[in-house]
Parts: sequence; C-alpha cells; structure tokens
Amino acid sequence: MEGITSNLDLFWSGYLRSLGICMLGMVGSLALGTIIAGFRVSPVPPLRAFGATYVTLVRNCPLTIVLFFFAFGLPEIGINRSFYAFGVSALVIYTSAFVCEALRSGINSVSAGQAEASRAIGLTFTQSLSQVILPQAFRSTIPPLGSVIIAMFKNSAVVGAFGVGRDLFSVGQNLTSAQGYAPFPILSGVAVGYLCITIPAGLLLLLIERKVAIAR
Amino acid sequence: MRPPETVLYDAPGPRAKRRALIGTIVAIVGIAALLFVALKRLYDRGQFSMELWGPLIDPTNDSFEAVWRLLGRGIIATLTAAVLAIMLALVIGTVLGVVRMMLGKWGRIPVVGFIELLRGLPVVITIYFASRVIPDVGIDLSFLPGPTNLWYLVIGLTAYNMVIIAEIVRAGVASLPRGQAEAARAVGMTELQVMGTVLLPQAFRTMLPALISQLVVVLKDTSLVALLGGYIELLRRGLIISQNLDNPIQMLFVVGAMFIAINYALSRLAVWTESRLSRSAGGKKAAVKTEEAAGAVAGA
Repeated sequence: MEGITSNLDLFWSGYLRSLGICMLGMVGSLALGTIIAGFRVSPVPPLRAFGATYVTLVRNCPLTIVLFFFAFGLPEIGINRSFYAFGVSALVIYTSAFVCEALRSGINSVSAGQAEASRAIGLTFTQSLSQVILPQAFRSTIPPLGSVIIAMFKNSAVVGAFGVGRDLFSVGQNLTSAQGYAPFPILSGVAVGYLCITIPAGLLLLLIERKVAIAR
Repeated sequence: MRPPETVLYDAPGPRAKRRALIGTIVAIVGIAALLFVALKRLYDRGQFSMELWGPLIDPTNDSFEAVWRLLGRGIIATLTAAVLAIMLALVIGTVLGVVRMMLGKWGRIPVVGFIELLRGLPVVITIYFASRVIPDVGIDLSFLPGPTNLWYLVIGLTAYNMVIIAEIVRAGVASLPRGQAEAARAVGMTELQVMGTVLLPQAFRTMLPALISQLVVVLKDTSLVALLGGYIELLRRGLIISQNLDNPIQMLFVVGAMFIAINYALSRLAVWTESRLSRSAGGKKAAVKTEEAAGAVAGA
C-alpha cells in the first residue's frame, strides 16, 4: 500500500497522460473512421473497395502488429517520430476500422423506406445522407460506437505498454521493475486507474443511450 | 429488405453516370498515387531487395527453412495459448453466467460487480498482472504442463474473456423463448436441470457465432505478450528473427498476413455459422448477433 500512497503524484500524472492518449485517440479515430465509412457507402466503386479492404485488413490484424509496424517499420523508410506519435497513430488507425463498421451498421439500421422516400422527393446522395439517414443512424450508432470507444480507451494501455513513458501503465511497470515495489498493490492501483476511465465512460454511454433511445 | 446503403442513390442517369465515372477515375488515380508514393519510398530504401525478403519467400535461401521452422513453432505457440484461453474462459464463463442468472436480484450483485470490474480492465493489464503478481505471491504453476510463461498469458486472457463469455451465455439464454423454461419447470425439473438440460444446450447453439468471433479477439490478444516479454508466440518469434535478419518491415508483413489470414477465415466461419443457424431456425432471429457480443470489438 505504501507504494501507492508515496507515489500518488506519479499515478495522477500517469492517469492524466493516459487520459490524454484516450482523448487524442478518440478524436482521431472518430474522424478517420467517419471518412472510411463515407468511402464504404459512396457510389464510387474504387472508394468502396478501398474502404472494405482497409476494414478487413485492420480489423483482423492485432493492434500490437500495427504498433510495431509504426515503431520498427517506418524508421526503416526514413520516417522518425516519437513513440508517443507512433503509438497514438497506430491506435487511431486500428480503432478507425471499428468506428467505420459501427457507423455502417448504424446506417444499415435505418429502414430502407427512409432512403427510398428521400430519393423519391429528389434529394441527392449527399442530401439524403446528411439530412435523413445520418441523423437517424446516429442514434442507433451510439451503443456500438460507444463500446468501440471504450475498447479504445482500454487499448490505450497497449500503447502505454509499448513504452510511450510516463503513462499509467509505464508508471506501474517502472515502480514494480526498476524501483522494486511489490507488484500486487502497485498493479492494483494501475488497474483502478484504468477502471476510473472505463467505468465512468460506460456510465456516460448508458446515460446518452437512454437520452437518445427511440422505439423502432 | 435491402439495406439503405444500397438505395442511397438512384439508378444513375447519364449525368450521374458521368459523375460516377469521373469520381471513379479520380479515386483510382488518388489510390494509385498513394500506393506509388508508398512503394517508391519502400523501393528507394531498398526494402524490396532479396536480401531482406529472401529468408521469408525464397525456398533456396539458406535461412528459409530455419526461419519457417521457427515461425511454425510461433504459430503453434499462439494457437496453443488462444485455444487454452478460450476453453478455460468458456468453462468458467458459463459457470459465471449461470450463477448470475440463477441468483436472486440481490444475490447476483457481487457477481455482476465482479464481471463489470474485469470487463473494464485492459487485457494487457490482466496479462501483466498475472505474470508479475502470481510469481510474486509465491504461487507455483510448474505443476501445469508447458512453460509457466504460457500459463501467465492464458490466465490473463482467461480473466478477461470469461466475463465476456458469461455475458454471451446470458444473452444466449435470454434469446430463447420463455416457453422453454416454463415447459421444463412444468414437467417437474429442478432449476439446475432446467438450465443444464434445456436452456444451455440450446443457448450454446445460438452462441456459436459469437464464440467464434471471440476466438478471433483472443488470437489477436495473444500477441500482447510480445510487448511484455515472457512467452514467445508468433509475433515475438518474428521480432526475434527479424533482429538477426534486420528485416522488420518484411517480417511484420509476413506475421501480420498470417494473423489476418487466420482471423479472416475465422470471421467468415462465424458469419457462415450465423447464417446457417438463422436459416435452420426458420428465419427467426436465432443467433446471438456477433456484433452484439461487446467483446467482438474489444480486442487489441
């Protein structure tokens, strides 16, 4: 227990840094995932094929490999960034495939009659998507999108284990390995730290779900 | 009913066709340009040289055989860990799920708390926890077959996946018609008999697709241990070899392709089982949707 109380400031700064990775990852993967989802439903065949290939490849590849590809592969071709930048980019690339699929399943849950009706009154692809389909899809997208984002929060620990330094996982690793504290209390502290990210996020998601839930 | 994404736009007229054609050309040019830049960069840095690729793709290369023998061992190590973890998780998860369903409103609170607690933890933490805390508190796992490092990984993976499976089991039982349990009780079965001989066997059938998807997640998660050290699975093995051959890009490409091939085949299998199940159940929504099993997206 003493390991935690005497290093509370380290835990706190690690928590904040992990939270930072989560927020960057969330913004990035939502943006990229939305673009890929747009590709996947677009009327342009090569873009659709690109989106489908991207999702299939990324979804079936472990995040760890994406990470190592960034960290060990890119420097080989002369691209050098910090581990932090590499880690967050890998997290964004990986999560965006899942965001895309969550959005697409949301679009699919809107009944076809809505799309047909908006077509019938002469809306274009962009108009029917932005005025009719997406506002409805958004609601049914919330639960799957939320669980993707929460999974991403958890995956931020993978980025931490990868060695960005000073985040929650690194703090635990450092205190138990280099400084020789007993692993059980320290790692429990790390676990509680992550729970302090995922559980509030889960509750928030539940709240939003209730707010936007509609009977279909 | 067709999904709306296919009715989002009209059957194209001449103008729309022209626009789509222009869009197609622009997109092809754009993607080709992107590919070209990436490939040129790789080429300029000599990443296509046989020196780097040879040991992986050229059977006449001196290292080819040794490299693939080691990679083969890596694949077996990965599969061993994944299969052990999913089996253990299945057994414990089923028990957890059943206990959760059979306890009363108040009695289940600790079980629900336990499930939510483990569900909120990153898998990399549970694996790290297992590999650091178990030896530290003096629990000796050497009575188990295989290396202890394997069991740290398996325990870490099981801890997370058993609660996911408990939820899948619950969803599977909940998806059965109420009449099943009522009929079983009416003929005088005890609650345990109702669960064990009537509900679970049917639930497992509908759970099959979700379980296969979870196996994909577990397979991907085995590679997390490559970040922590200890057990040597496919990715770790590949990284060790590529340190000797100095070809990280090529090695990661091959290892990634292996993971993607296995996982893609499994995902297809899950989709196929799902469509078979829903067909044999007469179009009724039988299978626990793979996507709904939250774990399907939770893996690393």
